[in-house]
Amino acid sequence: MNIHEYQGKEVLKQYGVLVPEGKVAFTVDEAVEAAKQLGTSVVVVKAQIHAGGRGKAGGVKVAKNLDEVRAYASEILGKVLVTHQTGPEGKEVKRLLIEQGCDIKKEYYVGVVVDRATGCVVMMASEEGGMDIEEVAEHSPEKILKEVIDPAVGLLPFQAQRLAYAINIPKELVRKTVQFMTALYTAFVDKDCSIAEINPLVVTGDGNVMALDAKLNFDSNALFRHKDILALRDLEEEDEKEIEASKYDLSYIALDGNIGCMVNGAGLAMATMDIIKHFGGEPANFLDVGGGATKEKVTEAFKILLSDANVKGIFVNIFGGIMRCDVIAEGVVAAARELGLERPLVVRLEGTNVELGKKILNESGLNLVAADSMSDGAQKIVALVK
Amino acid sequence: MSILINKDTKVITQGITGQTGLFHTKGALDYGTQMVGGVTPGKGGTNVDITLENGDTKSLPVFNSVREAVDATGATVSVIYVPPAFAADSILEAVEAELDLVICITEGIPVLDMVRVKRYMEGKNTRLIGPNCPGVITPDEIKIGIMPGYIHKKGHVGVVSRSGTLTYEAVHQLSTRGIGQSTAVGIGGDPVKGSEFIDILSLFNEDPDTYAVIMIGEIGGTAEEEAAEWIKANMTKPVVGFIGGATAPPGKRMGHAGAIISGGKGTAAEKISTLEACGIKVAPTPSDMGSTLVSVLEEQGLLEKCKTH
Repeated sequence: MNIHEYQGKEVLKQYGVLVPEGKVAFTVDEAVEAAKQLGTSVVVVKAQIHAGGRGKAGGVKVAKNLDEVRAYASEILGKVLVTHQTGPEGKEVKRLLIEQGCDIKKEYYVGVVVDRATGCVVMMASEEGGMDIEEVAEHSPEKILKEVIDPAVGLLPFQAQRLAYAINIPKELVRKTVQFMTALYTAFVDKDCSIAEINPLVVTGDGNVMALDAKLNFDSNALFRHKDILALRDLEEEDEKEIEASKYDLSYIALDGNIGCMVNGAGLAMATMDIIKHFGGEPANFLDVGGGATKEKVTEAFKILLSDANVKGIFVNIFGGIMRCDVIAEGVVAAARELGLERPLVVRLEGTNVELGKKILNESGLNLVAADSMSDGAQKIVALVK
Repeated sequence: MSILINKDTKVITQGITGQTGLFHTKGALDYGTQMVGGVTPGKGGTNVDITLENGDTKSLPVFNSVREAVDATGATVSVIYVPPAFAADSILEAVEAELDLVICITEGIPVLDMVRVKRYMEGKNTRLIGPNCPGVITPDEIKIGIMPGYIHKKGHVGVVSRSGTLTYEAVHQLSTRGIGQSTAVGIGGDPVKGSEFIDILSLFNEDPDTYAVIMIGEIGGTAEEEAAEWIKANMTKPVVGFIGGATAPPGKRMGHAGAIISGGKGTAAEKISTLEACGIKVAPTPSDMGSTLVSVLEEQGLLEKCKTH
């Protein structure tokens, strides 16, 4: 789960990570009021969306007086930002962070992730702050330093020190940088983050080490023990259909194509998208109904597919293990009866109770096409939506 | 022969009195697995009575701790169906009780819990499969997990996979072509897990009854690439591959916590090209997993040996 920058900074602040003073604003007047309260001559007006690359897209402006704050806030609020992370449709800005300007001496990068190769948390740091770190990783990987952290003892001071020296933090600020990194690691583990990225970390003219930006991403499997983090979820940043799906514990991801897919199991769902594309079609979504779905869950899943106007046809691909084919068939029939089915539907059933499932579909009177393998089904639905 | 488990393996279920644990313990018993007991803290001293498909009733003892269960039953393997919030602790308890093998089916364990589990397991003798996996099956002998048993056939092809239903798909394609399996292992879809491809491949390599292997990977991480390099250097048997998620957009988690392309790494294209460069034939679509294996078996003159009927 993603949260906004201002929320991330509030979380980090609880752990002693130094961040600039700032306030969130939902309207232009709130933005001006926030700037007044901050009381510094320079404030930064920052668009709050769940995507990086805001600066380049015109979502971050430095204001030297309240008139400029008003002008920039009016300009950015409601603007659709298109960055390399938003996709071409962009994201509308609905919140601003109004933050004290600070005297930046130099920018660095610090990131914390779970490294699957070592099975450990890894802290990364680079002297190339403020840049797109993925680009740095590609062109000059030697400029990214890493420390693998033993979960039994946590980030050790010498490791943080080693990183600080390696990225050329001024000597007199190494101690503060070690404190910063230690606090960041503690926040990461304590709040079950999956990514914590500070880009840039800055050293300031008055000798401080600060997080100028903060991107925190949380392990959705761990949210059950972090009610405070769950409360920060901004539903407006998420796809409506994905929210609807998550209510029913369905794993759904919207894509750009026109063939709706309903599959059981994440691997098979991914492979179903692949095979549709292989035969020249475009999947409209990834949808895993899970291993033990009920008829109601299948019905809801099917409704979500039907509610998408881009969907010109539906491919149901089920390999029943625990999931019984008759349950799938009943769910499909119930949803189609309730909502009407004018779009082509191809169903491939295999596995537990397959004969019963096929019988339910055949006797339903629904206008559907049966397929006897994944590739057969994919070819049929691709032909039908053309 | 087989890997990891066979007809003599004695198994306990952790979380046996829960709905899922009970359901799949029954499924395992129906398949012929030697289920010898279970653990549910607080219910020690009771029994669960399970009515089997054939009408018999099996009564299994329940214990408060894994240690007690092992001492009383002589089990060497446990399977975990404990809810995600407590599953990591259940794994640790099984490791502490010195079981040979722990298979964790539970989906949704926080990744940092697994980081601690892996650290604790260092230097210990227990092997972990999963979490978030379908389990392990040696056809006609033993089934531990949630896979539908009847699609499997006894034979000589090893199956190892990061995905559950995609494993069923592969097994089904093999069985319908008359190609049986020695053992099928789902290693699970999480980013931090007990066994990686290489761990299972090396077991298949040493198993005299496994003649070829099918490896099913997906986007995210670099485990498939590492496995491919390992296969090139060590494997004496043919391996066929499939990689799911060629069409997945970057930054989106495809159901499995581990199936995500991040920082331009872990794409299907990268994995497929590494596999092919290491001499592993990759099925072009998920429908071709079985036929691709058959074509390789034919090339290598192994098809007749692998046909089980």
